[in-house]
Amino acid sequence: MVVNDIGENRVNREGLKGWLNPTRYGWERVSYWFQRLTGIFLLVYFIGHVYETSSLTNGIDAWNAMLELTQTTGGHIFLILVIGASTFHSANGIRLIFVQSGKGLGKPGRPDYPYDPVSLNKTQRSGIWIALILSAVAMLYGANVLFE
Amino acid sequence: MGWKFNMSGKDNSGDHSGNDNNEEKIHKKELNGPKKTKSVESKSKFTDKTITLKIFRINQNNEKSNSHFDEYKVSSKRWTTVLDTLLDVKSYQDHSISLRYSCRMASCGSCGMKINGVPRLACYTKISDLISEDDPDPTITCEPLANFPYIKDLVTDFSQFFNHHRKIMPYIQNTKNDTIDSENLSEYVQSPEDLDKFLQFSYCIKCGLCYSSCPTVATDMNFPGPQALSQAYRYFIDTRDSANKTRFNIIDDRHGIWRCHFAGSCSHVCPKGVDPALGIQLLRSHLLGFNKNEKKIAKLREK
Repeated sequence: MVVNDIGENRVNREGLKGWLNPTRYGWERVSYWFQRLTGIFLLVYFIGHVYETSSLTNGIDAWNAMLELTQTTGGHIFLILVIGASTFHSANGIRLIFVQSGKGLGKPGRPDYPYDPVSLNKTQRSGIWIALILSAVAMLYGANVLFE
Repeated sequence: MGWKFNMSGKDNSGDHSGNDNNEEKIHKKELNGPKKTKSVESKSKFTDKTITLKIFRINQNNEKSNSHFDEYKVSSKRWTTVLDTLLDVKSYQDHSISLRYSCRMASCGSCGMKINGVPRLACYTKISDLISEDDPDPTITCEPLANFPYIKDLVTDFSQFFNHHRKIMPYIQNTKNDTIDSENLSEYVQSPEDLDKFLQFSYCIKCGLCYSSCPTVATDMNFPGPQALSQAYRYFIDTRDSANKTRFNIIDDRHGIWRCHFAGSCSHVCPKGVDPALGIQLLRSHLLGFNKNEKKIAKLREK
């Protein structure tokens, strides 16, 4: 449905800037931002990973040469970021599955000043913090193993 | 009830970053007697200040006019709202500023704008909540709501927003209990529990703050937005309404409810406690079948 015909000079859309700035709307927006960034990062990693493993078809030397890339300091840092991104994306994703199933949100009622929204409650904030802490712990463990 | 705070002369502020809670605490202390005067005094220390008001200027009908910010110096007291300062500037410094307002008490939803980068109601946001007492040159920036096309200065075009609202059919539909052709006056029978399920969503004043803050609307204008979707839930859960399938077909779309990712910004900025994010997640849980819809259509009773 075409809802409105807007001339170019009137467009006032935030576009990508709208979600690239997570600082104005609380922790839920930060979580949304992290979820998107880690999702894009993991997609890029996944494509690279498929390319890396496909090098096995060119023989063992090609495979070893590709593995060498991950044995450098830069390669280790990249792998630590992959560990952190996948941990956060999974843990926060599980929270979002519950949220979108209507669990842990609270019930509608009669709003009272100062109108704290029940959907942005302690359960949600705790979920976000658990995802962040798990991610940090996984990255520390990964760094310990890789830089041993 | 929210109104009791206004009865004591307390001005409701739109700053939801914690100042509201502080003010509520102060108010409660005021009610409790002399112990609390320390907090009240600290709040009343806000002295009259001269602030710089930066106002976004644009005129979409004038091709020669480029968008820019104009700055004005305005004096402010503890209780002065952003709308007060805007009207002060319009009355005494620059008559050409355009803004939309009406009730001045957060009931009409007309004066929504981006204040210091966050969508707020100008009549509901106090200057003293936005600036620090120690700031030697406090500046407040007023811009039109993002994601709404410009018209002039702070006035934006709401037609797209209202089209989305209209599209989800925001009215009671019930073919079995048709009240239009009834010869006798009649009413639906609803319990207080039935009412509580949709009451908060019916408090929406259509100010557009949620629509402006939504990151999905920012990139997809065909997304109905938090306001329309929460209204879809408001009528979905209302026991007088029987058009669930019709509304589901409207929102179950590529650009529909599935594009909400629960950033929560809509609920964060809502000045009336509607909590659109809650309505959208509950609606989606019903659509996915996680929540059983045990709604029983209310019976019609003749008066």
